[in-house]
Amino acid sequence: MRALISLSLAALLLAACGSQPPAPEQDPAGVESRKPGAVRVDTPPVTQVRPEQFDPSNIAALKDPKSPLSKRSIYFDYDSYVVKDEFQGLLGAHGKFLAANPKMKMLIQGNADERGSREYNLALGQKRAEAVRKALTLLGGREDQLEAVSLGEEKPACSESSEECWARNRRGDMLYSGEF
Amino acid sequence: MKFQRLFLACTVGLALASAARAQLTVEITGAGANRLPVAIAEFTGERTVAQALTSVVRADLERSGLFRLVDAGGPLADSATPPYADLKARGADVVAGGSVATAADGRHETRVRLTDVQKQAVLGTPAYLHSGAQLRATAHRIADFIYEKLTGEPGVFSTRIAYVVKSTGRYELKIADADGANEQAALASREPIISPAWSPDGTKLAYVSFEAKKPVVYVHDLASGRRHVAANFKGSNSAPAWSPDGRQLAVVLTKDGTSQLYVVNADGSGVRRIATSSGIDTEPRWATDGQYIYFTSDRGGSPQIYRTASSGGNTERVTFEGGYNVTPRLSPDGKSMAFITRNNGRFQLALMDLASKQTQILTDSTKDESPSFAPNGRMILYATEIGGRGVLAAVSSDGRVKQKLSVQAADVREPAWGPLVR
Repeated sequence: MRALISLSLAALLLAACGSQPPAPEQDPAGVESRKPGAVRVDTPPVTQVRPEQFDPSNIAALKDPKSPLSKRSIYFDYDSYVVKDEFQGLLGAHGKFLAANPKMKMLIQGNADERGSREYNLALGQKRAEAVRKALTLLGGREDQLEAVSLGEEKPACSESSEECWARNRRGDMLYSGEF
Repeated sequence: MKFQRLFLACTVGLALASAARAQLTVEITGAGANRLPVAIAEFTGERTVAQALTSVVRADLERSGLFRLVDAGGPLADSATPPYADLKARGADVVAGGSVATAADGRHETRVRLTDVQKQAVLGTPAYLHSGAQLRATAHRIADFIYEKLTGEPGVFSTRIAYVVKSTGRYELKIADADGANEQAALASREPIISPAWSPDGTKLAYVSFEAKKPVVYVHDLASGRRHVAANFKGSNSAPAWSPDGRQLAVVLTKDGTSQLYVVNADGSGVRRIATSSGIDTEPRWATDGQYIYFTSDRGGSPQIYRTASSGGNTERVTFEGGYNVTPRLSPDGKSMAFITRNNGRFQLALMDLASKQTQILTDSTKDESPSFAPNGRMILYATEIGGRGVLAAVSSDGRVKQKLSVQAADVREPAWGPLVR
């Protein structure tokens, strides 16, 4: 194990000493939080969900890729904490599931992109998680089933410094009992 | 010639770093304008101890950026009269000599004499009784003594720093001496660790750990390695800051909605809210005198720094220039505030004189974060990025002296400079 670590360290050292060009400078334009006139980026495609297509009492549906319940991420626009209309169907399915399974709990983890202060980004992620939580309480979830927390910029889904990548990190994830 | 020396320093740094796995190495990248020429002679008897003593003293003084080291020309005992004419010819204004004697029980007695070469006057003669294991610590104390005698401010060479090292899938909260030596891990985790904060007495660290799949504030006793939860309410718990008396922590909780400021006792009891806004309030920091709590808030539409009386009362805005000013950190004398400002899309360390509100940007980097004052207020340690990798850097409050602290093959971030050791 120790030898392995040394080896990988050596490899990393070698890599660091290689002739790779430095990573391109990040476009420093703006912080996620506030910037008027920011570029709008399309969020990843989402399957449109029809709530009648699934059985909300079937827990196995959570892991079934054909079930809307297997979709757990809500993406947000730049500088925004508003749950977009395209996610209402998905949230409706999860709201129904929560109502049909009152013992199930959900942890909603909000995320932010990497730019700026870690603690401030933690607060931004919290606003996204809170928006998802509020939407779910209107769609069948109970207060005591839901907890909104933030991972800030600490757990990015994508770690490149690009607008496409940052869009994937402006996200709320829904985790059920047993998954957190 | 110059190039050669640079190259040598680079290879030595690399070799040291890989031998010690991940030792933090300090590199001086800028120095003060008028450096005082000092000669630190080899101490007599120093060669009998296993490690070098005076080389650590010299490295400390050199790193501060305030001194120019002059070759003393040979060993000098504390009891000997310094060769004034020779030292003057070498350009030294001050000289330190000393002796290391070993007692029967194996302990060492190190005696030092600091002398003003121009006035031929003794500036001080401290003595230290220490074990072999305390040799480096003794060297730092000697450097502190010399620094204080010559600058009038306390030295910070005996202090410690905390920081987080991220390698693949692993986060470690580390403690090291201010020169990067004696690195130890206080906590290792697969989940992120952020926002370490030293208790005023230097015995504990408060920090945020994500090991419970959400941010929770812990208080960690460094001597025992034991820790307890200081804040774990529904929602997120973050941004711990110690009160000057070490009894309370200001924290950010979301139990009542968005991120808001609260105070808890250090044992986690007695939570109470200290400010209310409809938006985000975070990054609280007590002023040194305890009167105000500074924090970041977006209540005015963009993140700016505000302050509120810690006894309750009015909240006033502190920063007005620019659309993004965050992470307030007060200087130990309470007269200035370091913070991060967005300047033409670059995140840079800035310093504001609180009386005049005059602000100076201290760096030319683009991703500065998490400033932390040295306990004498002279240097500010912060996190930044070089070549896509997280490093620590330090800059003097006048912007002249600059250092870079890095670990090979890992990201270093979230620095916190510990208090003075008395």
